[in-house]
Amino acid sequence: MMQENSRSNVVAALIPRSNLQLARLCVITVVFGLLIFGALRYDNFLSSYNILSFLRYNSMFMLIALGMALVIMTGGIDLSVGGTAAMTSVVAATLSPYGWVAGLAGGMAAGLIVGIVNGLVVTRLRIQPFIATLAAMLATYGTALLLSGNQSVSVSYDTAFISIGQDDFLGFPIPAWIAIVCYIVGWIALERHPVGRRILAVGDGEATAKLMGLKVGRTLLGVYATSGLLAGLAGVILAAQFGAGQPTEGVGWELFAISSVVVGGTLLSGGVGSIGATLAGAILLAMVFNILNFENGLGVISLSAYWQSVIRGAFLLVVVILQAKLMNGRSQR
Amino acid sequence: MTAAEDTAGPTPRFNFAAWLSRYGTLLAFLLLIAFNVIATPNFLSLQTLNVNLTQVATIVIVAVGMTLVIATGGIDLSVGSLMAIAGAIAPMILLGAIAPTTDPLVVLPLAFIVPLVVAGLLGWFNGFLVTHYSIQPIVATLVLFTAGRGIAQVMTNGNLQVFKNPPFQFVALGHVFGIPTQVLIMIVVVAAAAFLIKGTALGRQILAVGGNEKAARLSGIPAKRVKRFVYVISGVLAGLAGLIVVARNSASDANLVGLGMELDAIAAVAVGGTLLTGGRANIIGTLLGACVIQLVRYTLLANGVPDAAALVVKAALIVVAVYIQQSADRT
Repeated sequence: MMQENSRSNVVAALIPRSNLQLARLCVITVVFGLLIFGALRYDNFLSSYNILSFLRYNSMFMLIALGMALVIMTGGIDLSVGGTAAMTSVVAATLSPYGWVAGLAGGMAAGLIVGIVNGLVVTRLRIQPFIATLAAMLATYGTALLLSGNQSVSVSYDTAFISIGQDDFLGFPIPAWIAIVCYIVGWIALERHPVGRRILAVGDGEATAKLMGLKVGRTLLGVYATSGLLAGLAGVILAAQFGAGQPTEGVGWELFAISSVVVGGTLLSGGVGSIGATLAGAILLAMVFNILNFENGLGVISLSAYWQSVIRGAFLLVVVILQAKLMNGRSQR
Repeated sequence: MTAAEDTAGPTPRFNFAAWLSRYGTLLAFLLLIAFNVIATPNFLSLQTLNVNLTQVATIVIVAVGMTLVIATGGIDLSVGSLMAIAGAIAPMILLGAIAPTTDPLVVLPLAFIVPLVVAGLLGWFNGFLVTHYSIQPIVATLVLFTAGRGIAQVMTNGNLQVFKNPPFQFVALGHVFGIPTQVLIMIVVVAAAAFLIKGTALGRQILAVGGNEKAARLSGIPAKRVKRFVYVISGVLAGLAGLIVVARNSASDANLVGLGMELDAIAAVAVGGTLLTGGRANIIGTLLGACVIQLVRYTLLANGVPDAAALVVKAALIVVAVYIQQSADRT
């Protein structure tokens, strides 16, 4: 008995790990491959202007992908991130006349509240994360439209609020700084702190984690709250960057975030995952769009912006099939 | 198999939670109608009925396919994108952009058959990813969710296709015995799916695969084929809904057709009493679920509540409905 148990544990814990590391390596290789391809093919691809504007714009998506990665590692999912970002962008824009601190804190608090509600619905009412956060998505869009009166809410230009989205600090966009800090914290939490073990243990099996004496409910509440908080932050950046709180923005963000996480080698079944590879996944998917722009700039071929989702889908397909082959190949042995 | 055989379970004494779980959606539906009869002016008119039914028809058609997929323990996020593809192909055929003819005898059947076949093939592709590579359904259908709308946009170059073709548009604008055709199609789809689940061996197999795939396979059920079948059905029904939407609008906008439909359909399934864990399929429940969601929205709008607030109410409705069903499950 003991042996069988420990063996299946080893199979579950060790073998997919090395595969996933391989999968992550793949993603990071592809990112570098695209970087080299872009650098050789396009003149200004590695110019500081392109890199900085790429980071400025995509930091929002990196933030929500980070929160999504944590949720997915516990075996859950958070469909509400797009709606939350839309809602918090409205909250932040509304509070922006009272100063950038008010806008930032208000937006983050609103996101945190959504995340906590998600966590409570999942842990206390024990409603599946998919349904719970689907409902939260509708509710946040509804709230965003109610708060804004169905219109985008202009931010105040009298305060420093727009700096959060538009200005640089030490020659680097502030949104990118925010994303970098969040990713470092996330990496430390997952790889160097007991909470990371807890998150992965819950994702591996809630019942087992509970038997080990882990506080499953609190861990789940924590990851949903974090995801909400990060979506809130993304909403603040959205409002600051575009000068308005946008109640209808964020549609499809959740699926972009899920794609980033999946491309980054994190399994939707939970229990495994990597922060760095999630970042690589988000960068990979975002770079598709960037490269498409440059390719059109060359004038050799003209691919409309609509191709980007086709190409993203194709990337997702290739990655997912590769992962499946790696996993299935090992588990059959 | 036992999980599939029986949904409520024999209870010796009256179990309120189970009763509420079984008839809660129906109860909510009847209460909403009663409320509207009293509070909403002109509610009991044929026009109100038609407005509500036509708005709910496409959601129900897609949600029936979703119910079957969810019954096998899967999910299909690609339905909205498949609607966009089917909705893009049909006008292209009608306008002679694919085949160099606009002869109605050739074009009209093609405008129905080609989009449905394409949608069915794409559904099969979803099922292939799920069964052949053992990819989780959310991820597998995320591929076409992402790429599908892009394909439709690339095909039409993102342009609005305006067309006028009364025979084709009969699927949405026509009436048979005074009933709108799309409502009739909805009823046929619901009846066929309910018969499939209740009255055929395949229906049993679908539930068995969702209840316990391993046990189903060991008892000789071709689990993979059953799964591919439900994804094909889901794809075809999504394609059908796409045709109805573009026929209704006399225009096809690849950016908008079916946008967010996957969530509407999943919400209808959840409110209708089919749990996302698989092994069950409550087709009539899905119909009621979609009607309740639509009726709540209509009730709020008709009584001056803004659409945005209706979204919040819809969210609460989903949570409450699923909570009631789950607590009934645990008792």
